[in-house]
Parts: sequence; C-alpha cells; structure tokens
Amino acid sequence: MGKFDKVDYLARLIRIELSEEEKELFSSQLGDILGYVEQLKEVDISGVEPMYHPLPITNRFRKDEVRPSLDRDKALSNAPEAKDGFFVVPKVIE
Amino acid sequence: MMTISEIQDRLRSGGDWKEIRDSFLRRIDQLQEELKAFIPNGIFSDAEPEADSGSLYGVPIAIKDNICEEGKLTTCCSRILEGFRPPYDATVIKRLKSAGAVLIGKTNMDEFAFGSSCETSCYYPSRNPWDKERVPGGSSGGSAVAVASGMVPVALGSDTGGSIRQPASLCGVVGLKPTYGRVSRYGLIAFASSLDQIGVFSRNVEDSARVLQVIAGYDEMDSTSAEVEVDNYLQYLSKDLKGVKVGVPKEYFEEGIDPEVRHFVNNVRVVLQDLGARCEEISLPHTKYCVATYYIVATAEASSNLARFDGVQYGLRIKGRNLLDMYLRTREAGFGPEAKRRIILGTHVLSSGYYDAYYLRAQKVRALIKRDFDQAFTEYDVIMTPTSPTPAFRIGEKINDPLAMYLSDVFTISANLAGLPAISLPCGLHSEKLPIGVQFIGKAFDEKTLFRVAYAYEQATPWHTKFPRFE
Repeated sequence: MGKFDKVDYLARLIRIELSEEEKELFSSQLGDILGYVEQLKEVDISGVEPMYHPLPITNRFRKDEVRPSLDRDKALSNAPEAKDGFFVVPKVIE
Repeated sequence: MMTISEIQDRLRSGGDWKEIRDSFLRRIDQLQEELKAFIPNGIFSDAEPEADSGSLYGVPIAIKDNICEEGKLTTCCSRILEGFRPPYDATVIKRLKSAGAVLIGKTNMDEFAFGSSCETSCYYPSRNPWDKERVPGGSSGGSAVAVASGMVPVALGSDTGGSIRQPASLCGVVGLKPTYGRVSRYGLIAFASSLDQIGVFSRNVEDSARVLQVIAGYDEMDSTSAEVEVDNYLQYLSKDLKGVKVGVPKEYFEEGIDPEVRHFVNNVRVVLQDLGARCEEISLPHTKYCVATYYIVATAEASSNLARFDGVQYGLRIKGRNLLDMYLRTREAGFGPEAKRRIILGTHVLSSGYYDAYYLRAQKVRALIKRDFDQAFTEYDVIMTPTSPTPAFRIGEKINDPLAMYLSDVFTISANLAGLPAISLPCGLHSEKLPIGVQFIGKAFDEKTLFRVAYAYEQATPWHTKFPRFE
C-alpha cells in the first residue's frame, strides 16, 4: 500500500507537533500497517455483534454516597505548576 | 536462585529477610549494568516487608514501571511521565504489601508497553541474559530479565497482546497472563483497557500460582474486575494429567515459525500424552486475523487513554506561547516514535468516516476469534501453541519495521482479544542456546487447569532448571 496521507491532519487533532521527518516516516510506516489490516475486509461479519469487551459487565454503579477520595495536595503534588489548590495552565484567552 | 518456598524454608529455619533481600541486591548490583533490567533510580535497596507475616513474607519482587507504587518513580518508561511519583498504590501493590512482599524495584519496559523488544523504553534497551546482543522481548522485558538472571525470584508485568508471555518465552521463564478481570487493573497505567491484564513472571509454575493467589480477586476500585471466586491454586498442582484434553490448533504451526520452535513444541505434545492427557489437532479458523484486529482495537483504546498526558496534571511540561502550543510541544517531546504512531493510527480508526470500516469491523472479527475459542473449549480443557514464532531476535533487527515487530506477537494476541488466561513456560533450548516457550491457553477463570497442565509438564522435563550463566 502507498503512503498514508492523513498524518498532518491527525497530528493536529492529537495535539502533537510532528517534525517533517516524522511526518514522512509515519506516512510510509502507517501506509504499510493499514495495508496489512485490509485483510479484515475478507472476513464475513454479517450478523455478528461487535465484542467491545471480554466480560459481560455494563455500568457498574455504587451508592451515591460521599466517600473519602484523594487528598487535594496529593493530587496536585505531581503538577508541573499548581497554585492555591489549582492546576495552572498558560493563559487560554488573550 | 531461591524460589518462594525455598525463601520460606530459610525464614522458618531462623533466616533473616534482610539477608535474603541483600543476597538478591548483590545479584542486581552485579548484573544491572550489563542487563538493564531496572529503570534508572529504580532499585530500592532499603525495601522491607510492610506486614509482619503473609504468604509472600520476605519475598523480593520487581514491579513493571507502569504499575503505581505510592511515592516511587513510575514512568511507563516515557519522558512524558518524567518525575511522576504516584500519590497512591495500585491494588496489586497493596495486596503484595499486605502479604509481606519486599518491593525491590521498578523494571524497564517498552514505552507505555508499546513494543515487543524493550527497545522503545526512553531509558535504554534491556538485554537478554542468554545473549546480550539480543532483545529480552517486551513489553515487560525488564521483569523477564530480572527473573531469568536471578535478580528477583518473581516479578509483575502487564500483558496487552503478549507483553508477559513473549518476554517470558524469550528469556526462559514462566509468564502468566490471567483472565481479563481476574486481577484488578486499578493503578495500572492504561494502554488498552479491554485487553490489559497484570500478571506474573517466575522461575517455576508453583511460584506463579503463589503470586496469583495474592493478587487475584474482585476489587471495587476497578469496574471491570470480575466477581468470580478465586480457586486455591496450589491444590491443583499434580503430576498426572489423566482425562485432560488438549487442543493443538494447526494454524499456530504454519508459515513463519522457526523449525526448532515447531520441533520442541511438538515434543510437548508427546510429554503431555505420556502424562495421561489426550492431544488432538483442532482448528481456530480466524487466527490469521488476530494481529490486524489487535492493532486496530489496541491503538484505538491507546489513543483515548493517552489523551490525558498533556503537561497539566503530572509529568513533563514544555513551555509554549499559549495552552495549545504547550500541548503540542509537550506531547511532541514527551512521546517516542512508537507511541506517536499508535496514537495517530488509533485516532484514525476511530474517526468519523473510518470507524465502521476499521474499528467496528475489527470488534466483529474479535467476536469471531472469541467464538473459535468458545467452540474449542466445549471439547478441550486447554489449548497448546508456541508462545513466539522465533527465539529472541537481535537488538535493532525489527525496530525500524513496526509491522515485523507486531508480528512477533502473532501467537499471544488471541488470548487478550478473547479475554482468556494463558501461560508460557520453557520447553526447549534452540541450537543458538536460546530458550523456547510453549503457551497454554485456558477457559475464562480456569487458571487452575492452566497451572495443573503447566506444572505436570514442568515437573516431567528439565527445562525449568536451565538458566543463563554469567562469568
């Protein structure tokens, strides 16, 4: 299969600023990988339900009660920047 | 080279856990430089049991770098988690601590468990103790190396498409991936949430059972943890296999498999029959679609899980002109090439216009793969296959060809897609002096039968006594 031509577009969606070399390399490698997965087209999937998960578990709820959770200072302890109990990010609105 | 029961014997006869820990630390000190099993600053020489007794009291254990241990560096071997010290313990860590285990360090891995060779670690590749020019497998390569070289008796890894079983096979140790939902994933940094499962590396089957006994069981902190009773595994370790029916799928012995691997795995059949089992050829017709299905499902889930690494809550931040620029720079600098490739691919297969053709189709093929197993298990107790098509490959051999790397997991992926338990154990030595592994796949939550078959085979053969030598 040829090169995959959506790397530039996807890189913006996933918030990664790829270098030109990376774009070039990934276009050709992902072209190969997508070529390989084409073989799934030959499988007869008519009437088959998708299997999203190995176990038959759906929404597992617990009682809506307040419980102790992670302490705020601990939750912030790994933040690159934190202030007054909040995560700090660069200015969003100019 | 002590096993868990030997450690327990020594403690019972008056030995001190500190002496045991220090003897393993000396081994680590002697071999870490050349094998790189642990991450930098990831060896805890002052580790001690946090309980006064327990079934793993005084047993040193190494932990893969994607499992959260409170206050200890946990980075998934990615720059994007630089400096991350979890504010809590994973459930498996809590359970190991209550059982008295000595958590001795964090092991090297492929970045975010993306890889089959340990070469995508942001630190360094680990080396195969049987041949240092070869990979130990991956992604849990460091844990496999640590056990194979005697740095620890047991270690934890995680397995999403073979990340415990393939390195276990390439390093000549026992690697167990439990049933999906058997072991809590709380505190395991997620790669693909419908496939990931924490499991065990050990030098023999008994130790694997002993560690699973401690970490298995329902956990309300993991909404996908199963409410299924945990068996008493040691009770099922017996030396005969009368009445056990083993299915041998012909699709796992076809093209691409090394002739010596085929030879040794076929020999396993003979041994099992001598022990009283009945082995028959079966067919799992959708086998050839496993790798393609996996690389759609796994990358889709990974692209979603890795969205959280954005320079805000933890890890690396590269300053930018504004918020968007900070995201772009942080994620560009923080993720390695394999992580980027997988996030791109996963985002693509989930995107509007492609979802049905890739993601939805893959999930339907996945159902067919599972159906193959369901049918086989109406007649057979376990399924036997090679773990990996080849013994350990050379460092650098596949790193520039992602598709070739993906295909090294061709025999292990099906158990993850179907959510089934599987174990790899040594079954031969290749003429190049490299270990070969056999895989047994079991019914969901039937780890006891896996242990039974694996133990009987192990006890009837010499492979579990063979380990690499060092000058």
